[in-house]
Amino acid sequence: MKRVLIAGATSAIAHAAARRFAGEGATLMLAARDPDRLAANAADLCVLGAARVETFVIDFDETPRQAELLAAAEADFGGLDLILVAWGVLPDQAACEGSVALTLAAWQTNATATIAFLTRAAMLLERQRQGTLAVISSVAGDRGRRDNYVYGAAKAAIDAFLQGLRARLHGAGVRVITIKPGPTDTPMTAHRRKGPLFVSAERAGDLVYRAAIGSREVVYAPAWWRPIMLAIRLIPEGLMKRLNLSA
Amino acid sequence: MSRYESWGRYPRAQQRRVLPAFWRGDPPALDPADAPYLPYGLGRSYGDCCLNADGTLIDARPLSRFIAFDAQAGRLTCEAGVSLAEILNLIVPRGWFPPVTPGTKFITVGGAIANDVHGKNHHRAGTFGRYVRRFELLRSDGRRLLCSPDENAELYAATIGGLGLTGLILWAELELKPIPGPQIELEAVRCRSLAEFVDRSLESDASDEYTAGWIDGLSRGGRLGRGVLLRGNHARGDGRWRGVKPSPLRLPFDAPGFALNPLGVEAFNALYYRVQQRKERRALAGYGAFFYPLDVVHNWNRAYGRRGFLQWQCVVPHDDGARAASAILERLGATRRAWFVVGKVFGDLPSPGMLSFPRPGLTLAIDLPNDGPRVFEALDAVDRIVLEVGGALYPAKDARMAPATFRAGFPRWREFARQIDPAFSSSLWRRLTHDEAPA
Repeated sequence: MKRVLIAGATSAIAHAAARRFAGEGATLMLAARDPDRLAANAADLCVLGAARVETFVIDFDETPRQAELLAAAEADFGGLDLILVAWGVLPDQAACEGSVALTLAAWQTNATATIAFLTRAAMLLERQRQGTLAVISSVAGDRGRRDNYVYGAAKAAIDAFLQGLRARLHGAGVRVITIKPGPTDTPMTAHRRKGPLFVSAERAGDLVYRAAIGSREVVYAPAWWRPIMLAIRLIPEGLMKRLNLSA
Repeated sequence: MSRYESWGRYPRAQQRRVLPAFWRGDPPALDPADAPYLPYGLGRSYGDCCLNADGTLIDARPLSRFIAFDAQAGRLTCEAGVSLAEILNLIVPRGWFPPVTPGTKFITVGGAIANDVHGKNHHRAGTFGRYVRRFELLRSDGRRLLCSPDENAELYAATIGGLGLTGLILWAELELKPIPGPQIELEAVRCRSLAEFVDRSLESDASDEYTAGWIDGLSRGGRLGRGVLLRGNHARGDGRWRGVKPSPLRLPFDAPGFALNPLGVEAFNALYYRVQQRKERRALAGYGAFFYPLDVVHNWNRAYGRRGFLQWQCVVPHDDGARAASAILERLGATRRAWFVVGKVFGDLPSPGMLSFPRPGLTLAIDLPNDGPRVFEALDAVDRIVLEVGGALYPAKDARMAPATFRAGFPRWREFARQIDPAFSSSLWRRLTHDEAPA
């Protein structure tokens, strides 16, 4: 059965995806900051049929701890079939505009810490010569926009990093999947008005699950974001700066 | 926010805020400035008991984790926003079933407790609340209280059927019942009148776990109250039903698929009754088709259009020849709008809930499109019939009953009101108590 490590397992989307893996009897390692929520999520996944669920308390900003997590998962499960990277923060864009500290803090979590983890995860999978690295990015990374470019720029960095990793790991038989959810109804977006393009965390989690076991390299979740983002990428910069596109 | 409406889509209410409850370990702080609060689940109650005009709805749906499942003892502990559909997916393959289920699986555990829902087996099992061993209740002052028959017993009794007014249920522990398999063996029995329906129900109650029926709301005169009684049991697989193919028998409850079209319904009702050529028909059905036929059509409530519809559900004590119920059908039939009537004879098993609706007698649930004063006048008239015979109306379905009607049907309402959380209220509760200071 599948051995899955979920980094950022208390994210609503990640947990919804984890429930699908649990339903097919997977072995899961859940990693996140809050031990109580990790325990609650683990109990939920056990009820749903997971063969085995381990938890690992970690703040991903503390990058040395990431190595311990990967070592623990590898030792406990004797290897990994899937690493799902799902943590992230949605910074307050307006506050970031007036604060270098806030901007870099968001960058640390969404870009620097993620790239550190991807580097280590890539080494593990390359050594195994099998497995999948699936990373939750965002449609926000496809184009810098007025109202969330601090978040979007970090996601763009991840996207480019994954493109390179994909090419590198291809020869080792390791798959790299970039998953780009659109706006999703989760605690991260609780303060925002929900437009018609919002989907539920369950739906997004289901799409992440299918992307992680599917064959596409870059998956929009839901798929309708692919043509939308293509169109948005084609808008000339001179026009884009006058538009205030928001979802 | 249009997402937060009631199932009947009448009345409408504009909530000031929606506060999602994401995690039971750190539930939202309930700031008095945003009161009154009301928990909201999947919005399957019909009238305004799940609405809170100018107040705050606590969206409990994200509280959707399972906590523990004991597949030997048949015990399930889960957060209050878990839906019955999710529970069924988990437990049916392992040989368990909810001891009580209403006619839709798109409800939350919290909503099932708050409305103390009932089902086709009320005569055997009573209400949902009887199988709630304990739950944790969040009060607006931040206290988290474990409630069971032995602990905070008054709050336990007030919360079962308590319409969400006693606080936010965070999680609950439920008893399940074992089943031999996912199928139901069912029989459809034709009944020529309401009195016959009641007689056949009572007689079937001795032998069958589930009994409920569809009554033709449009027939009049000598055919008033004709209908089809469905009775069923979990399939034993003992060969008794071998040879009975999943038959072309259409369950009457899937009528609204096209029957909601006003032109089609009269024909449908007449046709359906006639299709039951033989007096009794038998079939083997999946549990979904038997219990949740309407769930196949998501948002069937939208078929009634923007003005929405009213569901009216009463219970009237048994009387000779089902006279009160016949009078109700006659009065509502005169509107030519009461197409779809579901009937069930309740048993006498008591609920732990103070404000629980089911009680011995005949219950009728009737859908009526909201097309103006005529419908409201007719409902006022049938309310009076219910009051005269000492019956009650189901608050989970109600959008318009008078405060006096509610109080007559729920004599323990004052005792209940003392247990309400001071920061909780609902559109329904304000409507039913605005003329009296509670407690």
